[in-house]
Amino acid sequence: MSEAVVRFRAVDKVFGSGADATKALDRIDLEIPKRAFVSLIGPSGCGKSTLLRLIGDLTRPSAGTIEVNGKSAHRARLDRDYGMVFQSPVLFDWRTVMRNVELPLEMSAIPKRARATRAQEMLALVELTGFERRYPWQLSGGMQQRVAIARALSFEPAILLMDEPFGALDEITRERLNLELLRIWQQTGTTIVFVTHSIPEAVFLSTHVAVMSARPGRILDVIAVDLPQPRNDLTREDERYFGFITRVRERLRGGDAARPRAVEVAAS
Amino acid sequence: MSRIRYYAPAATLFVAVLVTWELLVSVLGIQQFLLPRPSAIAAAFVDHLDELATAGRNTLIEAVGGLAIGGVAALAVAGATARWTTASRTLLPFAIAANSVPIIAFAPIMNNWFGVLNPLSKMMVVAVLVFFPVMINTVRGLTLVEPGSLELMRSYAADELAVFLKVRIPNALPYIFTALRVSATLSLIGAIVAEYFGGARSVLGQFIITEAAFFRFANAWAAIIVASAASIAFFLIILALERVALPWHASARATDAL
Repeated sequence: MSEAVVRFRAVDKVFGSGADATKALDRIDLEIPKRAFVSLIGPSGCGKSTLLRLIGDLTRPSAGTIEVNGKSAHRARLDRDYGMVFQSPVLFDWRTVMRNVELPLEMSAIPKRARATRAQEMLALVELTGFERRYPWQLSGGMQQRVAIARALSFEPAILLMDEPFGALDEITRERLNLELLRIWQQTGTTIVFVTHSIPEAVFLSTHVAVMSARPGRILDVIAVDLPQPRNDLTREDERYFGFITRVRERLRGGDAARPRAVEVAAS
Repeated sequence: MSRIRYYAPAATLFVAVLVTWELLVSVLGIQQFLLPRPSAIAAAFVDHLDELATAGRNTLIEAVGGLAIGGVAALAVAGATARWTTASRTLLPFAIAANSVPIIAFAPIMNNWFGVLNPLSKMMVVAVLVFFPVMINTVRGLTLVEPGSLELMRSYAADELAVFLKVRIPNALPYIFTALRVSATLSLIGAIVAEYFGGARSVLGQFIITEAAFFRFANAWAAIIVASAASIAFFLIILALERVALPWHASARATDAL
């Protein structure tokens, strides 16, 4: 994994202190190569969202170092290296679709005309041309999430951080948006870190699936998914696709087996 | 057509109540100083139209002026409170304590400070009355921001000022308008009650008191109708302002705006 965009070295994250302290993440070592699509998957409470938030400098590590594009995560945030998409679209009700997409461009003080052009391009990318003047409440959940993706990509961030972006959507919308996301990823060449609960979704989208265990959160394995690109509906019928799903599922189930080894490491 | 059908039951009830009222007063022989008939009130209304219009206008000016003064002060305090924790710790306890004081008790003191005949004395009562609801709602609007919005702004490396201008203030606007709508009604109550404690003759409160003192209750009732109309008009003006200022919000909940 050369040319790592994100590099975690022995990162711990502890919430609370004293007797109430909970170790959310335990000695995380992780490298995310440029242009990769990495999914973080694991049971609730395995710290996958926390890991994502650490990359985005929305929370700080308790120990260890995080490097993003060769600088600190904090520096990277100030340099506006991140596009974020959350489980809820987090659109501003008082802004039209267009002005929501323009928001990060406003923050980078990009002139009005350039903002408008760029926002139009982004809306075309997520196939929402013609909805510029609508307000968020006039759109379906899937469309709102596409606006959020357009907004996150509008300023060409080096990394796109997505925290269960399709978790609240129905299966059909979710599969369509998966395809759209892959197309956008191919077109823009951005690096994506993607948190999900869904094994098929993780396998379908990713170049790498990081399988995590809970309490404390650890990365059990990083599985390289070398299914051919570009992926499409046929990929979902590919025998190897099912093979990867089984591998991820077994790795998730075998989470307990990894614990004794980890205890040894901690004790030594 | 559908609008007429929508309002028909309420209109029918209104007419029915007036007719019953008129008939009951005649049949039961109720004295006019206890309850004048609607027709007598209507006649009084027509007879004193000029006087009532002037009084209504003067009282409405006091209410609007008071709401403006109290509203601006409330917005300033709320802004400071939401922005600086120290301000919130210093000011909020006093604001909450002040809210428990029956504010109308201040009316004679305001008369003393600003002059009985000066509309400012009534405006100050109204200002104090509307201060708390506007302030507390604004604080709510400025602070009850979706955490995701703040994280989003954080991911753009946005500073406090940008968060305030682009997230907190737009988020607070619907709360502020809700408070203003409530305060519109409140401000007319405040103005009229303050006028009961003394004021120029040409205001609704003094008109009602004087006419009642001379047992001309039909005139007093006519003034009450003017006061209600002024209150409704003020409410509707603020509602209209809200529709213009917040198209995204008002249209989203057009049905429950009232």
